[in-house]
Order: sequence, then C-alpha cells, then structure tokens
Amino acid sequence: MARIDLDHIRHSYLPNPQKETDFALKEVHHTFQDGGAYALLGPSGCGKTTLLNIISGLLHPSHGKLLFNGHDVTKLSTQERNIAQVFQFPVIYDTMTVYDNLAFPLRNRGVPEGDVDRKVRETLDMIGLADWAKRKARGLTADQKQKISLGRGLVRSDVNAILFDEPLTVIDPHMKWVLRSQLKQLHRRFGYTMVYVTHDQTEALTFADQVVVMYDGGIVQIGTPAELFERPKHTFVGYFIGSPGMNVLPVEVEGKTAKFGSLAIVLPGAPEKTGGSMELGIRPEYVRLGRVGIGVSISKVEDVGRHKVVRAKLEGREIAAIVGEDEEIPAEPKLRFEPAGINVYADSWRVEMRA
Amino acid sequence: MLELRNVSKVVGAATHIDDVSLTLQHGSLNVLLGPTLSGKTSLMRLMAGLDRPTSGSIWFDGKDVTGVPVQKRNVAMVYQQFINYPAMTVYENIASPLRVAGADKTKIDREVRQAADLLKLTPYLERTPLHLSGGQQQRTALARAIVKNASLVLLDEPLANLDYKLREELRAELPRIFAEAGTIFVYATTEPHEALLLGGNTATLSEGKVTQFGRTIEVFRKPNDLITARTFADPPLNTIVLRKSGAKFLLDGGVSLPVPADITGVADASYTVGFQPHHLSLERPNDQAVPVRAKVSITEITGSESFVHLDFADARWVMLSHGILDLTADEEVEVFIDPRHIMVFDASGRAVGAPRLAA
Amino acid sequence: MEKTWNNKAWFLVLPVLVLVAFSAVIPLMTVVNYSVQDTFGNNQFFWAGTEWFEELLGSSRFWQAMGRNLVFSAIILAIEVPLGILIALNMPKKGWGVPVCLVLMALPLLIPWNVVGTIWQVFGRSDIGLFGYYLNKLGFNYNYVQDPLDAWFTVIIMDVWHWTSLVVLLCYAGLVSIPDAFYQAAKIDGASRWAVFRYIQLPKMQRVLLIAVLLRFMDSFMIYTEPFVVTGGGPGNSTTFLSIDLVKMALGQFDLGPAAAMSLVYFLIILLLSWVFYTVMTNYDAER
Repeated sequence: MARIDLDHIRHSYLPNPQKETDFALKEVHHTFQDGGAYALLGPSGCGKTTLLNIISGLLHPSHGKLLFNGHDVTKLSTQERNIAQVFQFPVIYDTMTVYDNLAFPLRNRGVPEGDVDRKVRETLDMIGLADWAKRKARGLTADQKQKISLGRGLVRSDVNAILFDEPLTVIDPHMKWVLRSQLKQLHRRFGYTMVYVTHDQTEALTFADQVVVMYDGGIVQIGTPAELFERPKHTFVGYFIGSPGMNVLPVEVEGKTAKFGSLAIVLPGAPEKTGGSMELGIRPEYVRLGRVGIGVSISKVEDVGRHKVVRAKLEGREIAAIVGEDEEIPAEPKLRFEPAGINVYADSWRVEMRA
Repeated sequence: MLELRNVSKVVGAATHIDDVSLTLQHGSLNVLLGPTLSGKTSLMRLMAGLDRPTSGSIWFDGKDVTGVPVQKRNVAMVYQQFINYPAMTVYENIASPLRVAGADKTKIDREVRQAADLLKLTPYLERTPLHLSGGQQQRTALARAIVKNASLVLLDEPLANLDYKLREELRAELPRIFAEAGTIFVYATTEPHEALLLGGNTATLSEGKVTQFGRTIEVFRKPNDLITARTFADPPLNTIVLRKSGAKFLLDGGVSLPVPADITGVADASYTVGFQPHHLSLERPNDQAVPVRAKVSITEITGSESFVHLDFADARWVMLSHGILDLTADEEVEVFIDPRHIMVFDASGRAVGAPRLAA
Repeated sequence: MEKTWNNKAWFLVLPVLVLVAFSAVIPLMTVVNYSVQDTFGNNQFFWAGTEWFEELLGSSRFWQAMGRNLVFSAIILAIEVPLGILIALNMPKKGWGVPVCLVLMALPLLIPWNVVGTIWQVFGRSDIGLFGYYLNKLGFNYNYVQDPLDAWFTVIIMDVWHWTSLVVLLCYAGLVSIPDAFYQAAKIDGASRWAVFRYIQLPKMQRVLLIAVLLRFMDSFMIYTEPFVVTGGGPGNSTTFLSIDLVKMALGQFDLGPAAAMSLVYFLIILLLSWVFYTVMTNYDAER
C-alpha cells in the first residue's frame, strides 16, 4: 500500500489551456495517507472521475506530478502503477470460474501456481465467495460480480491503492448495506489505501475517513464527515451534504446579530469578516420546531419514517426543519435556530466567529 | 380507475407476476416498491398493455381492456434511461404527443409552456437534449408524459440514473406535479426512502406478488407480513427469533421481552420480532426498554447520523443514532430495544396483532 | 415474448404469405412432383417412384459434387473467419478512420455475384489479367482454365475477397459494444494482448461469430454464380459444385426427374444444417 501525493496536479482536455475555465480539473495539491479511506464526492462534471483516472493512469495530467510512496509515477502506465480498480458496472471474465477470475491477475504476472492457489483461497474467504469458487462467473448476481471485481484487486499483495468508481450503482438498496459494511471491514482489517468516487453522499460519508468535496473542477473542502456536516466551508458543501441540505438565508450582519428580513437572529459570535454578500447557514437538524421562537407557516410535512422533514415559510423563503418521529408539530408552530448549528458565510465562503 | 383482477403473467417456466389484484384511483400516486426482478417492470408492462396477462383481467373505468394494445390506451411512460428525440428541441420534444394528437398551434403552445413552467424547463426550450444535463433531460421526458394528458402515467425508476442531489430535488417536486396533473401515476422504485418521500400509496412487491397495498406510511408502519416489512426497510429491518412463553418472549442467554398486551393471548410458539434501526438505542429510551448485549462490527458515520452494525447471536443488526457515535469494532455494548415499536410475526411470516406505534 | 392480440395484424402478414406460397411452396411442390416421375418431353409423365433418389444416392457424381461443396465450405470458413476477426481487431474504434474502413469493407459486399465472377475471370487470366499475368511473371505456373488446383485457388480467393468483409463487419459490431471498463480492468490485471482477446473479445464476439459462420456456411454451400462465370465447373468437373451439377442436369441434359430429386436432397441437407445451427444458437442464447 502506498501514500499518494498529488503534487500541483491540473488537467485540461484542451491542447493549449489558457484560462482557469479551460481546466477540467483545477489545481489539486494534497496527500492521501497510506492506509487511508478517501472519497471524492461531487455532482457529475465536477472533475472527480478525471482525478481518479489521473491516479489510475488512464489519464496523464497536463500539469503536476503524481507520487506513490515518494516515487514519481506520473509517466507510468496503468499496469506499472500496480493499482486495482472497481468500476461502476461489474467487470468480470464471463467464461471463467470465480476462482479463475481471481487467479487471472496473478497468473498474468507469472506467480507460481502454488502461491496463486493460496492467495486466491484467502481472497475468496475475504470476500465471502469461497462456496462459489467453481461456479462460472456469468450467472452471478450484480453484488457478487462486484465482489469478484474487488477480489481481483485484493488478491495481489503488492497493490498500491484500490480505486472505486461508483461501485454500488447497480446494487439493490439492501445489498448496498451489506457490501458497504464488508468493504469497511476489509479496510479496517487490512489497511488498504482506498479512493472512492461517488455522487452519493451517504456512500461517501459512511465509507471515508476523509471526504473530498469537489465542485466545478476544484476541491471545495476536505474533511471528516463530522466537519463537513458541522462546519461546511462553502455553501455548496452545506447544500450538497445533508438530506435535505443546509438552509442558506441572505442576511445583514451587525456585530453579533444577523438581520434576515424583519428578523434579528443572535449569532454565537461576531463574524471576523463582513461585507460582500453575507449568508447564514443552518442545517435542518438544528432548526427546532416548537412553541417558542419565530412564528412560521408550514407548507409541507414529509414523513420518512425515522423522522419528518417539515417545509416551512419564513419571511417568504422556504426553510426545512427535521422533527423526530415521536415529536408533535404544534398547531401554531414557532421555530428557533440552535446556536451551535449556525454558520456565517461571506461570498459563499465560511467566516469564523469571535465569541 | 385502473383495476387489475387476479392478473398473472407466466413466461416459459418463470412466473413474472403471480395473481395480482390492485385498484388504482384517478388522481392517485401509486408506488411499486421492490428489489430488482421483483416484477415491477412486468407489472407496468401489463398495466400499459405492452404485454397481455396469462390469466386475469384488466379494467379501466369499468371497461375490460385486457386485450387492448398500448396504442389505444392513452398511456404515457417514463423510463430509467432518458428517452427524448435527440434532433428536436425541448419545445418540440414536449409538443410531440400533442402534434400526434393533431392539436392546434395555440393549444400546443399553451400546454408546452405550461408543462415547461411546471418542470422548470422554460429557459431551455430551444435547446436540444444533447445540451442538457441528465436532470433536465429527464424533466423533458416527464413534461412530455404530462402534456400527453394520459389517463395512466407509468414511471419506471425515473430517477435512478440521476445524481443523488438531483434525485432529491426532483423527488421533492414530483408529488406537486402529480397532484396538478390528476391522472393515475404509477412509480416503480427499489428504494424505500423514495417511496416514503413520494407518499401516496405503495404496493410492495416480492417475487411477482403484491404483498401489501395501502397508504405509503401505513404500509411502512403496519406491514402485514415479514416480507413487506423487509422490503420496506432501509437500513434493513432488524430481526430476532424469540420463543413466546406466557407474557414474555425468551431467548437463550437471558434476553426476555415483554409480550405486548394485545397479543399475550396468542399461542406459545416461535415468533420473529422485527424492529427498525432507529428503534435500537444506546441510551434507555423508557422504562420498558429491554437491554441486550451485542458486539460492534463496524460504525458508519454520516456527520448527522451514525449507523452501528451489530452482531447479536447469528443476526446482524443496524442501530441508527443521531449525532456521532464512534464505537470501536469488536467492542461489546449494551443496546436497548423499545418494545413499543416491535413488530411480531408468526412462523408463516404473518403479522400478529395490530402493530404497536407510538404517537 | 407474447404480445397483445390484434386481428388486423393478419392482414399485414397476408401479402407475405401469398408471396411465400407462390415463390416457395408451389415451386417446391412442383419439384416434389417431378422428382417421382419420368418424362420424355411433350408433357408426358410416368411414375418413377423413388428411382431417381436411389440413382442419385448411388451415383459417385453426386457424392463427388457434395464432397467438393463440403471441402470448399470448410476451406473458406477456415480462412474467412480468422481473417475477418483479425481485420476487425485491427480496425480503428474511433476517429475519421472508422467511416473510411467501414465503407472500404462494405464495397465488395455491394458488387453483384456475377460481376464479381466476371471481374475475377478477367483478373485471373494469364494473358491479359493483372493477377494471372503477374503470377506467371513471378514464375508461378498459374492457369485456372487448365489446372484444377489453380481453378480452386481462384474460386476460393474470389470468395474470400468477396465475403470476408461480412465477417469483419459482424465482428466489428461485436467488438465496439464492449465497454471501455473491460479493457481498463484487463490493463490493471496485467493481461497480455492474447488474454484480452481470449477472455474479453472472443466471448463478447461469440454470438456474432455464430451468425457469421452460419451465414457463410449456408452461402458457400449454395455457391453457384461465381464458379459458373469463372470456370463453368471446370476444368473437367473439378469445380462442379452441387448447384452447378444441378443446373447441368436440369437445363443441360434436361433430366428433370433426377434434377428434381437432387434439388430436394440438396434442399433437405441445407435445411438440416440450418436447423442444427439454429438449435446451437438458441441453446447458446438460453444459456445466457
């Protein structure tokens, strides 16, 4: 397994990129630690797949260097980089048995058959397909096929990193839970360096120690799930993570007070920077609906079982609140913001507050 | 009103649809919920008239339409793939069913603009589908289905190929769009969460059978049987097999749960007790809650919630907690089951007694 | 798959049924009729029973022609299938080369059979044909009019030239349907060029290859026009295939009875072989 250094990497699909907008991937300068689990999260076209392809060697960056354990691999081909990858749609060798599928990468590298057998059996146990070894891979279910794809990577002891390109796309919801937890267990036990590309926040957040949120070709924030949830650096992160996303209200800030329409909201501190367009961000989880606070009118309640999502109108803007399964919504609902959940943004970027 | 009476579809040796009876009302949204290959698409094809049932009959507004082909049924369909005419503009795409019907220019223009407005497509009317995002392409397909003014609109996992966030946005708008159109909507999905957000009615499907049909939240809260409960649970339903003895459910290892008052009378036997992941907790929620010792397998944290995967005897459970709960793997923890929220199923999988709900 | 019943559909199928009746069923019945009778012209027929069939199956002339057909089909399949795969594998998958290659490949398929025959008849002549002339210049003693081997060589080359494109186009269609991810995964797995072919490309081409083999086999088994135009079945009987023999018998010698019997046997052989192929292919589909 390897540490991966992305050294001032940029990429453009154009021959002579001039402007910032010519780059499909804007400058990335970051290190993926050895044994870490990382997710690249963002909407389609945000550059996450471009970045993954640069790591796997399917794409050579137009600027910058890529290092595995300090060695420059920028110019190396996919084979020479020793990585494994699981694709969106299962890639299996139809005509081979499950066993032969796993043995394939080893046999291609001339590993002695005795070692092949030992490694393949180990891997079959790891991915829970030991009973299926002799079966033809063709007739298996989508989740089993994805496990085989993964197994072909795990079987090699020298892989530098395992890359995932939206691997759960074709998997049924129930199986997603099983595969996700198995993947995480494998990571815990064997300490692989893993990079996982997805547009699905649940997959990214549950899988990764560090989530890289990307938007429009650039990285907006890198952080733990908790950081991304509590302190989104950019309003995009607030919107993109969380379901529903963060409420963002245009405000005018004076000292410790944010004015939203006719309302004055007390901030937990005074923002260090004001001016430009100021916004207040608060996640629906921190909007409390009860008998105290500001009166609102409720436009819609979505009961999703474990909680309810309440859509209300506040000063003409829609605001979402999450209410517990057993909590009642009062006849004349009032809402208040929990101070711990308040973030302030200047020109979409988060500003610190002084108490 | 669309009525399916004892409809079955057999192809070769495989039964795709097994004795389904359903009644769908005008102006209703009906979700078909089930995993891949449970029969959602087969059922939609029968409803549309693309396939003829092997047995049973299909009625529309009191008329038997069993053999009537799709061209004569005034049906609209939206698929998982974004299907539009690539050479036409969004405007022409939406207008196409009206042109086929021979509507006059002013009517076409009015209805296209209305639908475009409803689906937020007005700024893109002059573009071709190639220059649209996936979400906009699917909105175009939806607009075309709506403008057709069909009496039955079938949507087969229409959001499956969209990004998570786009899916969330469109999903929030769909119920409003459906409510305004006033026709029968049928919506197939594999995701329980999606069914809950859409509301309306839900039919749960498993192996070609409709296991339950009713108001979405009621099917979710009061499943008639174990298969329905399992189909309609995400994260997966937690289950445990217990032996009833008088007023207690017992399991080896000293676990005992009080039998809910209304079913203490049922026979002493083996029962499967199911409960949702958010009804398992680390803190004691109330006095009746029963402690159980389980081993932590893995914890998944989303920032707002934590999913703790637990091993209890042979079962794998998921506990859903608010906030961040970082438990170490292989650690033994005490968790609480809230008996107010348990569902009890007998050996054949039927729910026993009325399901208990708080509030 | 069972579709919704619609009685009007029968009216749409009716013209085809009528057409098939006139073009296939009625002539076939005529042939059956001829095959069990003898005639000396003047529309006088005599019942002959299975006489013609017995004579046919006992004649070495029939079996030799049949043998030539099988050998010919085997040879052209052995050449055209691997060659077609090889060309398809080396065709560009994107860029301006794709349409250029496709048009080049489609060209021979667009030329009528008899024209192909005429082209090669001239092309192969040792006195004025480009091909024949230069072969002789290079020291090969090539003359398809006199040497049976040379005649075979010409007919085979002609068929390969005419029909390999079909195999290429079918294989190419199979190849372009393979998603990129498969090639990427193979790279990552360190697969050799051969392994990529053996475990990704060949399995994905299997179905189209079956179709290609079926089409080429049936077509080559029924070959008539090209050898008729180029060699006329000679020299001697060396390129007299079943179809050519049939025409000689029926129109040359006007032996209607034996010719009819031969047609039927020929027809049954092709029917049997097509059925075998069809079964193999549908079984293969069911397995998937």
